Amino acid sequence: MPREGILVRTPYERITDEQVQQIHHASMEILKDPGLISFNKEAAEIFHSNGADVTTVSSGNNPCWLVRIPEELVLSAVDSANKTVKLGARNLENILIMKGDEPRVFFITGSETNTWLDVDFQTYVRKSEPATEIRVPEFHPRRGTVADLCKSAHVCEHLQTVDGYIRTVNIQDKDITEDNKDVNKFFASLNNTTKHVMSGLTSLKQLDNVVRMAELIVGGKEQLKENPIISFITCLVKSPLQFVEDTTDTFIEVCRRGLPVVVSSSPQAGTSAPIKEAGIMAQINAEVLAGITLSQLVNKGTPVLYGSVPVRARMDTLGDSYGSVETSQYNIDCVQMARFYKIPNYSTSGVCDAKVPGQQSSIERLFSDLVVTLSGPQFLHCAYGLLDCNAIFCLLQAVLDDAHFQMIKFFLKPALIGEKEIAETLKQIREVVATPQKMYIRHIRSVMRSGEISSPYPFEGDLANDNVFALAYERMNELLAKPVEHIDSVTTSKIFQEIPGLLPRLNVYEERR
Amino acid sequence: MSEDIIAALKENVIQGRKTIADEGIDEALSGKPGVVELTQSALDNNIPLETIIAQGLTAGMQVVGEKFATKEYFIPDMLASAEAVGAAMEILKPLLEASNIETKGKFVIATVKGDIHDIGKNIVAILLKGAGYEVDDLGVDVPTEKIVEVVRESKPQFLGLSALLTTTMLVMKEVVEALKKSGIRDKVKVLIGGAAVSDEYAREIGADAYCTDGFHAINVLDAFQKSGVQ
Amino acid sequence: MADDILKLIQENVIQGRITKDDEGFDDGMAGQPGVTELIETALAQKINPQDIISKGLTRGMAIVGEKFEAKQYFIPDMLASAQVVGAAMDILEPHLAGAGAKAKGKIIMATVKGDLHDIGKNIVSILLRGAGYTVKDLGNDIDTSTIVEAVREEKPQFLGLSALLISTMANMADVMQALKDAGLRDKVKVVIGGAPVSEEFAKSIGADGYGADGFGAIRVVESLFNANAA
Repeated sequence: MPREGILVRTPYERITDEQVQQIHHASMEILKDPGLISFNKEAAEIFHSNGADVTTVSSGNNPCWLVRIPEELVLSAVDSANKTVKLGARNLENILIMKGDEPRVFFITGSETNTWLDVDFQTYVRKSEPATEIRVPEFHPRRGTVADLCKSAHVCEHLQTVDGYIRTVNIQDKDITEDNKDVNKFFASLNNTTKHVMSGLTSLKQLDNVVRMAELIVGGKEQLKENPIISFITCLVKSPLQFVEDTTDTFIEVCRRGLPVVVSSSPQAGTSAPIKEAGIMAQINAEVLAGITLSQLVNKGTPVLYGSVPVRARMDTLGDSYGSVETSQYNIDCVQMARFYKIPNYSTSGVCDAKVPGQQSSIERLFSDLVVTLSGPQFLHCAYGLLDCNAIFCLLQAVLDDAHFQMIKFFLKPALIGEKEIAETLKQIREVVATPQKMYIRHIRSVMRSGEISSPYPFEGDLANDNVFALAYERMNELLAKPVEHIDSVTTSKIFQEIPGLLPRLNVYEERR
Repeated sequence: MSEDIIAALKENVIQGRKTIADEGIDEALSGKPGVVELTQSALDNNIPLETIIAQGLTAGMQVVGEKFATKEYFIPDMLASAEAVGAAMEILKPLLEASNIETKGKFVIATVKGDIHDIGKNIVAILLKGAGYEVDDLGVDVPTEKIVEVVRESKPQFLGLSALLTTTMLVMKEVVEALKKSGIRDKVKVLIGGAAVSDEYAREIGADAYCTDGFHAINVLDAFQKSGVQ
Repeated sequence: MADDILKLIQENVIQGRITKDDEGFDDGMAGQPGVTELIETALAQKINPQDIISKGLTRGMAIVGEKFEAKQYFIPDMLASAQVVGAAMDILEPHLAGAGAKAKGKIIMATVKGDLHDIGKNIVSILLRGAGYTVKDLGNDIDTSTIVEAVREEKPQFLGLSALLISTMANMADVMQALKDAGLRDKVKVVIGGAPVSEEFAKSIGADGYGADGFGAIRVVESLFNANAA
């Protein structure tokens, strides 16, 4: 049984069918004129041999090619791309099945941040009344490590609301280099969660080692095809409209191996895309379609996700403003575009501008997680624990996020109204009205335990004390203390023998010895 | 007549109108000459270079800076004005060289090898040009050898390195090492910037400064100027 | 045999099942006899009513209290069990006089004049019955004179007054004054409750106790009852 996710019965639509058509046609225009600049020779060649108009242009240090993609090529790629994408998992109950035309939402973590935010609590005493003490959380940023990555995967494993894992922190230990980063981040993730693991790749040279590791875990090449426990996200497109040299190499190689891949584009409205909604939508849709087209030309049937990470620029810094309302609007538009093509969508929400957990972070996250979920993307990058756009990860925030994920998922459960329920309650109403006290309280009982009643906010303090952070911190430590199902010892030792570059301290069996 | 041209030049810097085709903030200016055209007619009217720069361009940028400080202007406004000044400086550059008037200094900027992110670097380049620096932008994904060669050849006072990724920030260290090996590390001040780097990292790799953004970069450069970098 | 029935009564108190039609806490109990049926059987078998109370009902409620403390049970569970005990007491009361046993004490409950709110008062009534008190619930919007009359007639040890509105809480003071005027104030302990009232308000009108919620009311009544008994 795969994971259920949450089915949005009538997805919220922001743009009309006519507007969807307009964006589609504008994107087709863009792909023809001005077309894309490819800094990747192979991609240019692949497009050329499939009938695209490709000309060499010079630009700065590197040679590049102008690729104009005809509409037929894009449409036939959209046609051949899988309409159902399966993302596997070590635990078969955690498999995710994403159908392009079914608004069933799965919540997945991410993205990769450089900074890990530690939390500790300081005790303060009231000056006028030394007996009154309060505990105040303090946040300390530092560079993320592989041990942190293990912790964040561990907590993800235990949160029922979270359906899959994208690595949340960039591992920057002294002994991590470009040559061993990928194997270590995949191993740390896979070993601490039995849910699906998606990540970007730092070095193409590590791709085969990562794939081999996954094969060892599931028992072979065929088994990995059947149950792809890993998938990749590549930003092959740099906005506006450029194929990047090295990430496109990675993308092509992942496609060749037939593993699921997200074609992700992250334009910033105002700088690398037009500030107007019509403009950023026409452009991002063109960029993603170009990537999807390349995936199908490389290997027809490659499972791809329509990946959208649009964001609006902040006016005061021109940095990203994921907390802006427009960012959610763009994402919802992208969900509709992907559904128009019936290709499963990877959409972004929950990324906030706030730099520490608090009121701002809660409001920004709940707002975008809720509204984007309502539009029914299949793969919702719900940004568990992410702060300061994509710069900071805080595990305490991740635990806090679980509370509003529960609210959103509960909210979207179908209404239980049917003949059986009506008959039952009519009987109840007649019975209760006939009693002197006229109270329905007795009838709460069975419902209360059936999961039909939502839980109160899990980190509610008592009386006037807002102890949210302290209570969430306790919960975080409880989750960290609760064991996870690691990769078994035999497979682990095989992995450590075969895959070069793994840090010995990641071997939980050696550690215990 | 000259005063009118200089006043219009200053106004168009404030409006961020580079050419006759640009929109400004004040719609009434549409179709009227922009900074490029006005700079040209100032030259045609034999207005001295110093006057064009000081009373037209710099005076305009000063007002822009004030408007930014009071939050009347945002970064996009600031950039438009800086771009207009940059375009004017391009026109004035050959004349400046011929007339021995010193510019504020030469600044070489590049996004390091392996990194193709350029929004931040482009913003810094535009702002520095607008602030009167001579900027040579090498682009993105620039090999270390190329950077070293440019520093050797064109002898800039400043080198700005940008990187967005934690993988490519390591290349910054490589550049600093390569400058040392070529014996030109002490000829140039190295400034670094980008999401992945920090003050701490600048110290660690032996760069001279870390800049959080373009405005910070201008402040850092001006501070270097005051302390007499040459 | 007698032990088996008492055990079943205790179990059904815990499950909160009044009759055989009720669902319990655990699945699959519907259809089996509930507490009312079990008590009829017990009486038919001549089991001492005092034993039914102490070994069946009271012991069951004690376990319910423990489960509530452990957060395994919530208020609806507690109320369901209390209702069971109340229904059981209705059957047992006529038999108690004959057996020389005595109920714990009598309480009159009322929501005061002008106030129609009764959820809180009803919950308190159910819980007190479940704790073994004889409860006479006058209902809501009760005239002060009706309350005084009931106290005179029924001679209860306790009077519980409820009000939800700020405007009607003043009527509690009226009741207190009317009891004094009728010479009954020292015959009955008055406990008040409801959203707008407080410990302080209870003192100000000269009531004997304030219950913040159903359980608070029981605690106050129990402590007054024990103080009285001692």
